[in-house]
Amino acid sequence: MSNDNYENISDDADRIEEAVPDAPAHDTEIPVDTNDGGELAVERPTDEADEAYGRGEGVGEGQEVLGLSQGQIVWSRFIRHRGAIFGLITITCVLLLSLLSMGIGPIDGLWRVQEISSGDVINGGRPTLSLPGIGGSEFAIGLNPFGQDSLGRDYFAQVMKGVQTSLLVAAILGAVAITIGVTVGSLAGFYRGKVDMALMRFTDLIITLPVIVLGAVLGALVGRLPFRLGAGPELTAAIRDQMPVLLAVALGLVLWTGLARLVRSEFLTLREREFVDSARVAGASDWRIITKHMLPNAIGVIVVNGTLLMSAAVTLEAALSFVGFGIAEPKISLGRLISENQGAFSTRPWLFWWPGLFIILIALSINFIGDGLRDAFDPRTKKIPSARAMAKAEKQLAASRAEYQRSKEEAR
Amino acid sequence: MARFIARRLALALVTLFILSFLMYGLLEFALDPLVDLRENPAPNREQLIANRVRLLNLDVPWYQRYFLWLGNFLQGDFGIGWRTMQPVGSMVRGAIATSIQLVFAATIISILLGVTIGLVSALRQYTTFDYAITFVSFLLYSLPIFWVAVLLKQFLAISANDYLQNPTINWPLVITLSLVSGLFWAGALGGRREKKIKVFLTALVVTLAVFMVTLMTGWVENPSIGIIGVGVLSIAFALGVTAIFAGMNNKRALYSALTTAVLGTIVWWPLQWLFHYWQMSWPWMLGLLAIALAVAAVIGWLFGGPDRNISIRGTMLAALFTSVLIFVDRVLQTWGPYNDTPQIRGRPLATIGAATPGLHGDFWMQQLDRATHIMLPTLALVMISFATYVRYQRGAMLEVLNQDYIRTARAKGLSERVVIVRHALRNALMPLASIVPVDFITLIGGAVITETIFGWAGMGRLFLTSLGGQEVDPVMFYIILTGGLAMIANLVADFLYAVIDPRIRVNA
Repeated sequence: MSNDNYENISDDADRIEEAVPDAPAHDTEIPVDTNDGGELAVERPTDEADEAYGRGEGVGEGQEVLGLSQGQIVWSRFIRHRGAIFGLITITCVLLLSLLSMGIGPIDGLWRVQEISSGDVINGGRPTLSLPGIGGSEFAIGLNPFGQDSLGRDYFAQVMKGVQTSLLVAAILGAVAITIGVTVGSLAGFYRGKVDMALMRFTDLIITLPVIVLGAVLGALVGRLPFRLGAGPELTAAIRDQMPVLLAVALGLVLWTGLARLVRSEFLTLREREFVDSARVAGASDWRIITKHMLPNAIGVIVVNGTLLMSAAVTLEAALSFVGFGIAEPKISLGRLISENQGAFSTRPWLFWWPGLFIILIALSINFIGDGLRDAFDPRTKKIPSARAMAKAEKQLAASRAEYQRSKEEAR
Repeated sequence: MARFIARRLALALVTLFILSFLMYGLLEFALDPLVDLRENPAPNREQLIANRVRLLNLDVPWYQRYFLWLGNFLQGDFGIGWRTMQPVGSMVRGAIATSIQLVFAATIISILLGVTIGLVSALRQYTTFDYAITFVSFLLYSLPIFWVAVLLKQFLAISANDYLQNPTINWPLVITLSLVSGLFWAGALGGRREKKIKVFLTALVVTLAVFMVTLMTGWVENPSIGIIGVGVLSIAFALGVTAIFAGMNNKRALYSALTTAVLGTIVWWPLQWLFHYWQMSWPWMLGLLAIALAVAAVIGWLFGGPDRNISIRGTMLAALFTSVLIFVDRVLQTWGPYNDTPQIRGRPLATIGAATPGLHGDFWMQQLDRATHIMLPTLALVMISFATYVRYQRGAMLEVLNQDYIRTARAKGLSERVVIVRHALRNALMPLASIVPVDFITLIGGAVITETIFGWAGMGRLFLTSLGGQEVDPVMFYIILTGGLAMIANLVADFLYAVIDPRIRVNA
């Protein structure tokens, strides 16, 4: 560790401005000028929802009384978050690509390989995809855009199937984990006392083991399910076919703990608020208070953490399949593709790159969407103008002030 | 306090008991110890099955078997792995140390790195630097660890070994790294545009120069620190520590830290003789470290004046750093002989295993061997947990920086260093106590994957192979061990929280 490391905490004068973010434009003191409507000074936000933070609480300016629903406010903030929109677009593209190429369930897609079967290895299984600029002169897809594996199976088809599995697991796992987490968390937070104690100790119990360890045990359990049920060959095949769903449910039974804790703490504060008291005085049942009055107020925490859970699910499923306790034959998972082909890294690196790239694309997009949602739901988030925007606004302000001064002098 | 700890301990034990019971039940369903015999065409199949059933008590219902197992476990008989008929106790002997070493190294490195970067990122909120760090942490967070580990193996280890065997400098890489370093420092130090440009150029040139010197002079092929290196680095560290924690105006702290650094450098010489004539071991190392810290504390105390604690803290940090440097220097001295051993043959960065089999070196060479093996898996683990710490520390720091007492501290004219280090950082570090145990558990989970890829004979790999091999006892041992570690981590966190946060009353 060199000395350079510490210079960033030295006391030079311009550090203070850096440490304290500039206040939003409307907070900085500007000499009041009755003639200047301010149009020149600060670019008005085009979206009226921009400045509305609460739901009509403590609103000062007229435009904010318009009364926007929470959904509208959150949405308008969400679409301003560049990373989130980027993530949303990416994941939509990935989803469309996999659905259009491989179809869904019994419906076939548009890609030429719908049944993955072995064939002749053409040109060492090299990818035929060529993009202008990246090792190719023109755009071409070719027969096997992502190459072929050692048995001559089309890799594009396999990766797209794997993407579908990943997204399916993420969605089901998210649904299961959110359901359990919200139920446990809201019951514990609402009833407190003994219910809370019991539920939270149960949560602690599950949190103790690393997710991957519990996941591996459950994965082994799911793999052994047909035998334990004494199933015949048909049922066994059916169970094997539904492997991703079973695995997702099993993992959902493990991953809900974090969400439960967050919802509980949210409920503990919400239940002390006046609107809950008034609902109770009005004779609402516990069920109604929880579902109609409190849950909508905790929706931010739930949505944000549910999203992040899904991105964790993608990597967890891949990791479990990689070590052999996740999705097994005949189902395809991105983790299994990597695991099967890791030995071929030095000879056929594309077998390793493509599935990994798609795992990262999916997980990263979901993470960015989650980040955007977090900012959108957090009432403290304010849009802070960048240094450049501030400088521009200041320059405009100075110019308008100078002009005003001049016009006054001319008038005199 | 005693009552608080006792209650927590009791709760942890009960949790562990219930956990083990439930897991035993789950494993009963998930594993089938008779799986290989069911398809066995041997004529004496029935008899083999009967033997296996007798061996593993399979004729007893699982909840009764659990208590049999628990009774044995508490008496120190951890059961057997039936495939090898080896007792679990001997299976795990080396594995535990291997895993714990890996997880601890990764935890410490990622805390130090993550907290520092998160802190700087918070101080530079909404700058390009901040956005870049956020993006990188998201990227690391989304990376599948098994994928990264294979890449690290392929690119880092094998390319580095190739370079060491045939040093041809990869100029584009060197220049890219220098540019990245320039951008990093310019972003991290911030300031006005002229300052940023100056910092950028300086960092660029310095990094480039360091690369050139180390690569051209062959330092990379034969790295060493030497007494000069120890001296220069120790003094630089002493200055840095003083600048951060005491401020350069505190002359007493400055002089005491510098004295420690110089003294440590002087001690380098006699220590070489000690290391040469005496067979070293870990107790020796820890003993020497303790002496160094004690001497440093005395120096700080003597120099200290009215504000002794600051000086003592500074000298002890400086002493720790110098001791580590001397240790690293001595380990690096075996680099040449290590590379020449027939097992290594000039390819020091290992991709498989936790130690080179058949290497009979002295204490120092063993440390070097361990370091070359632990490097990659630790890096892979750090990459995943680093992101968590960066995000968390950034959030905590921003939360604290917006508090009124920070405004008060600034308003009364404290220097920015004091505001950030004393007022903000201390409070922003507190929530770390609750995130470290969680991350520790995650890292144990990550170690399962890393050990498998890097071929470490650790607990995580043992868990996976036993689970795949339908052996209940080793899996249960792993679960109890992991659960126990997690309990301890939580307990320590609670305890730390109670100690550092006066608002928490432990006897309540």
